Amino acid sequence: MLKYIAKRVMISVITILIILAALFTMLHSMPGSPFNDEKITEVQRANLEAKYGLDQPLPVQFGNYLKAMLTGDFGVSYVIQKNMPISELLRARIPVSIRIGLQAVILGSVIGLLMGILAALKRNSPIDTSATVISVIGVAFPSYVFAMAMSYFIGFRLGWLPLLYSTTEAMRSTVMPTISLSFFSMATVARFARTEMVDVMGSDYMLLADSKGISSFRLLGVHGLRNALIPIVTVLAPLTVELMTGSLVVEQIFAIPGIGSLLVSAIQFNDYNVVLAVVFVYSVMFIAVMLAVDILYGVIDPRIRLAKEDG
Amino acid sequence: MEKTLTIRDLSVSFQATGGTVRAVRGVDLDLYQGETLAIVGESGSGKSVTVKAIMGIVSSNQTIDSGSICYRFQQDGEWTETELLNLSRNEMRQKINGTHIAMVFQDPMTSLDPTMSIGMQLMEGMMHHLHYSKAQARERALELLNMVGITDAEKRMKNYPHQLSGGMRQRVVIAIALSCRPDILICDEPTTALDVTIQAKILELIQEIQKKTGISVIYITHDLGVVAKVADYVAVMYAGRIVEKGTVEDIFYDPRHPYTWGLLSSMPDISTDAPDRLYTIPGSPPNMVDLPAGDPFAPRNPFALEADFKAEPPTFQISPTHYAATWLLDDRAPQVEMPESLRSRIQAMTEGGGARV
Repeated sequence: MLKYIAKRVMISVITILIILAALFTMLHSMPGSPFNDEKITEVQRANLEAKYGLDQPLPVQFGNYLKAMLTGDFGVSYVIQKNMPISELLRARIPVSIRIGLQAVILGSVIGLLMGILAALKRNSPIDTSATVISVIGVAFPSYVFAMAMSYFIGFRLGWLPLLYSTTEAMRSTVMPTISLSFFSMATVARFARTEMVDVMGSDYMLLADSKGISSFRLLGVHGLRNALIPIVTVLAPLTVELMTGSLVVEQIFAIPGIGSLLVSAIQFNDYNVVLAVVFVYSVMFIAVMLAVDILYGVIDPRIRLAKEDG
Repeated sequence: MEKTLTIRDLSVSFQATGGTVRAVRGVDLDLYQGETLAIVGESGSGKSVTVKAIMGIVSSNQTIDSGSICYRFQQDGEWTETELLNLSRNEMRQKINGTHIAMVFQDPMTSLDPTMSIGMQLMEGMMHHLHYSKAQARERALELLNMVGITDAEKRMKNYPHQLSGGMRQRVVIAIALSCRPDILICDEPTTALDVTIQAKILELIQEIQKKTGISVIYITHDLGVVAKVADYVAVMYAGRIVEKGTVEDIFYDPRHPYTWGLLSSMPDISTDAPDRLYTIPGSPPNMVDLPAGDPFAPRNPFALEADFKAEPPTFQISPTHYAATWLLDDRAPQVEMPESLRSRIQAMTEGGGARV
């Protein structure tokens, strides 16, 4: 298992390097520069670019960037907050984004799982139908539709929750973003959970477990759920992607000082270093989730765990 | 011999898209203590549905229309009776499943939980029903694994199903079924999914266990070779009904129903010559959604009488143990003998020292 994890971490590092290199090239081949200000002269711009090392050849720039990155230095912001070290910029923002993302994925998977299992147990009942309707809505509508609807009705008309993020009411102001982000996960998990649970319930091993005469709680909870969870874990990885992209927009709507809104403005202003740093953070998060999912697989499914120990 | 299971007039139907399927129609069966009963029939003849009704495993679209399943068992030295059809699914779980009636399923590759260790799957029933401690259950699990012929039981306890071969898995399934010392073991085609060499070993294992524990066994099979090897009493099912039942000798040496004749004729034996075409019963089983009037077997029956197309035959008693449902046994019916090839074959079997294949 350890060997397996080490191998996976290695592959992850290489993946991140490739992502950074591709992004670096793409950003620098875009027209314009961070210093697209009509008020500065050509000479001033050249001076500025020289100051930040932007006049050097691309591979050299990339090498310098990586070298600095290894020491935890992501460079400074050129535009958004001039000369502010990006590590500091991120330090305040990452926890906010992660918090909302985690809340959304936990809320979404727990409720989705419950909904799916209930629908599978009460197949073709009104519960099943309403679960299907909710899932279809959740998958079909992007998260910002829920975000807009909620901020209008709950935030504006009813005034129950703060319309915009405020650090003094951090808990209360994450409620709406969390719920709007969690819809997609909830819907996807619910659909998967239902299908898997129906499959598992009809399987031979459930019949055998049932014929042992064990309690129905143990039958469903231990034999049923564990087997149904294996494929559900698979969808958790793509769900986090959806959460990240969803957060780009949702963070804008609720004015959340997270990394999603930071990325959007960084791209608008050609703030190379910020874009790179945020994408780096996203990549690391995504790869970490994938790794966690893989390990989780092993924990749930002995077939995978034992195969990995051998290989 | 004590009677342990009495099934009377059992009818089960279920709702399918095309209408109501009458899967089991008026089945009468008896099982005696220590006896082996084989239920033979094609796919869809209702044999699995019958035994699942005994286990109380009825799917949501299924209903038991009529009948009774009376289970007699010894409790503190006294014989007690329970009507199984009056028990709810939960009561069946608590009182009957596993502890009194246990089941071995057809496909050992899929009937064990892939995410739970063999040991735990063995122990969970005992810990639940017999309130064994983990240590007690473990000890008995090891004993059981040894009994079903699994070597290196200590190590196997920690294994997961995918680490075992099909034959070993079926042994584990048998061990699980025996764990809470049931009185009746139902084996639903226990060897169909296994290699021929393993098949024989599993059958021998079940026979050996039966000898040791005095358990009653119900086999479901479509393999007459298995029937000849293990059964004391045989019930032949067709289209949800028992068309002939009798002791293994009655069925193999003195079959009366044309369907049984067909089944026996289509069984290859050692004297079947290569150029001979193996007999097959013409046609296919009827659509159970709307059964034709009369005997459902009549359209495939070369010996069908006019009466067969009009009314379903009642069950005639031939001897105290032997029954068949065919109009050929009616007093008004013409004298019809079994096919000549089958007759000579039975004769050869008798002279050759029995039906044991």
